Amino acid sequence: MLFKTVSKDEFEKLVGIMLESNEVVAPTRVESDVHGDPIHEYLPVESFDEIDLNYETTAHSAKTYFLPYRENLSTYTFEAGDWGQEIGYRAMPRILLGLHACDINGLLKLDKVLARDVFPSPYYVSRRQNTFVVGIDHEPCDGGFCHAVGADTVTHGFDLFLTDLGETYLVEIKSSRGYSMLGQVKTQDVSDADTQAFKAVRHRITEQFTTDLDIQDLPNLLDMEFESEVWTKWGEKCLSCGSCAMSCPTCYCYGVEERASMDWKTGSKSKRLYACTIVDFAEVSGGRNFRPDRKTRLKYRFYHQHRGFVESYDEPKCVGCNRCGRACLVGIHPAEVIGDLQREERL
Amino acid sequence: MNTTIHPFDIEKLADMRAPVDFNQRNRLMPVEKNFKAQIAHITPLTDREKLFHIRILDAAERQRFTFLPGQFVMLEVPGFGEIPVSIAGDPSIRGYIELCIRKAGTVTGVLHSAQPGARVGIRGPFGTHFPMDQMVGSDVLLIAGGLGLAPLRAPIFHVTQNRPDYRNVHILYGTADPGQLLFDFEYKQWERIYGCDLRIIVERPDDGWTGQVGLITKLFDAIDVDPDDTYAIVCGPPVMFKFICNRLSDMGVPMHRIYVSLERRMHCGMGKCCRCNIGSTYTCIGGPVFDYWTVMNLKESI
Ligand SMILES: Cc1cc2nc3c(=O)[nH]c(=O)nc-3n(C[C@H](O)[C@H](O)[C@H](O)COP(=O)(O)OP(=O)(O)OC[C@H]3O[C@@H](n4cnc5c(N)ncnc54)[C@H](O)[C@@H]3O)c2cc1C
Ligand code: SF4
Ligand code: SF4
Ligand code: FES
Repeated sequence: MLFKTVSKDEFEKLVGIMLESNEVVAPTRVESDVHGDPIHEYLPVESFDEIDLNYETTAHSAKTYFLPYRENLSTYTFEAGDWGQEIGYRAMPRILLGLHACDINGLLKLDKVLARDVFPSPYYVSRRQNTFVVGIDHEPCDGGFCHAVGADTVTHGFDLFLTDLGETYLVEIKSSRGYSMLGQVKTQDVSDADTQAFKAVRHRITEQFTTDLDIQDLPNLLDMEFESEVWTKWGEKCLSCGSCAMSCPTCYCYGVEERASMDWKTGSKSKRLYACTIVDFAEVSGGRNFRPDRKTRLKYRFYHQHRGFVESYDEPKCVGCNRCGRACLVGIHPAEVIGDLQREERL
Repeated sequence: MNTTIHPFDIEKLADMRAPVDFNQRNRLMPVEKNFKAQIAHITPLTDREKLFHIRILDAAERQRFTFLPGQFVMLEVPGFGEIPVSIAGDPSIRGYIELCIRKAGTVTGVLHSAQPGARVGIRGPFGTHFPMDQMVGSDVLLIAGGLGLAPLRAPIFHVTQNRPDYRNVHILYGTADPGQLLFDFEYKQWERIYGCDLRIIVERPDDGWTGQVGLITKLFDAIDVDPDDTYAIVCGPPVMFKFICNRLSDMGVPMHRIYVSLERRMHCGMGKCCRCNIGSTYTCIGGPVFDYWTVMNLKESI
């Protein structure tokens, strides 16, 4: 493991260098909410000034740069009763600047499913390898419970990781290309004072986690409380809109659609991100729907996050970012639902 | 110095350029590449089902295509869509794929109006299979309701071709009415050539029907099941297989020796789209063939 410090001025210079010949995506302030608080999104930027590294969170996760909302899978050309298939897996390099630990952990979870399990996805692997990830430490976000699901710190899955020490950033270097990139500007070796400052920052951040959620018992609890009234209570509110899954950094499910041009000269097979809370998610032809009501679909989403994924990969799929809670129009907050289930059990 | 991130060209990797083989599940490969195939012949079976004889065009791809009884393929009609279909053909023949398809919607509708010679795409095989090896030396019960005979036909091929490996073989088949019986041209072979005990029952007989009438569970009354040494494969709609599996279980057949095939919505076949997920299991990877014990322990599986 390699650490360096870089002054904030030098860092700004580094971003300028990155911008010269790469696409850079970074947290950008796009709007204000009804309270006047800023809303951020990860968007392509053209100058350092557009970037706000002090952002609290983004409305949507950065997964769109790995799993675009709509993605072409293959293209067809039709001719004289025959067809040809063409597929492209290449992706362009991109720098993703300013990801928080939870979101990098989210990428690590996507890696497990899409890059390391059976039938690795070349589309995903191609984008992931072509993305240079720069992470950054931050204060806990509102309603986030990354701490409870063990996603508040991250040990790999990035190229560089910054911790704000005031005048400087402490930079953790995780890859050779990260080392080369950082080498473009002046850096210093880490001093004892830097190490102390780093520890103080980590301590301050950890102290600020207020959600006292404990998810140890959750996988078993979800199984035991499968018929719980808690699902009816929350399920009846759900609008089946799918915003939760769309904003989630680790939801990857999709639907496939095929189209042909009006003149039947070309066609395409494409995928579109989907959500397990949408009504026809598990519907098959003949009208049979394996999860016909809102309650079972909402339950299924929690079940996959906190039990199904644990069975497969020994950790929950959720990184506790609470984006789904913020996106939900009817206030279905994951920490509250989980808390409800745990209370139910204690009764 | 060059500060551009060096592109990673996935298409240069040897794995990506090697021929696609869906039996190499852990390998990185161009997973959307389909095998171009031709509908060689179409056999109408009932007013709703047709048997499609499909032949992979490329000789090398045909050679590489091997499957085990119970597996399925993703069948694509470019421009229309891609659907999961159980392979209903003979597992010992490479690259010729028989699919028994019911007309049910868009893609199946196009297929039903297709003519021989039409070109389709095949990806697969996918999914788990019936453990025919484990059943060697035992009695085998092959049970189907309705369209369930389609996924059951590959195990029937396997058992009949390796008939000496298995002890008593019972094939129990039930449909709503005689007009829906599939593969009626093969019944005599199963019985007379391969010595299987074939029993058929319909719920609603027509005037010409001379066979048994009732629900499929009725067929159990006449057969002797040795609970200590019997394997069962049950294919059909969930209500039907639940009844039968419970009946078998009551007779003493252990749940781990009863196999079923589950149906779910599927958009990839590769454990990626999540549509077929049941709790922690993807039906396309951990299934569609499951033993009944596993099914009983999967939340919301039936
Ligand atoms: C493992 C497996 C094996 C199958 N084997 C057979 C078989 O041997 N014979 C047969 O006739 N049918 C089989 N089916 C069902 C078959 O896949 C559906 O009938 C088919 O998908 C309907 O497609 P459609 O476009 O005609 O219908 P539409 O209703 O127009 O469907 C639109 C889309 O929904 C999805 N979809 C709809 N129904 C299903 C379904 N039941 N399962 C999965 N996805 C669905 C597909 O993506 C489909 O393209 C099998 C399904 C599974 C999961
Ligand atoms: S389920 Fe909600 S809290 Fe968990 S990772 Fe997804 S969006 Fe964040
Ligand atoms: S965002 Fe809320 S209302 Fe919409 S599907 Fe998710 S839980 Fe239901
Ligand atoms: S069919 Fe896509 S995950 Fe099973």
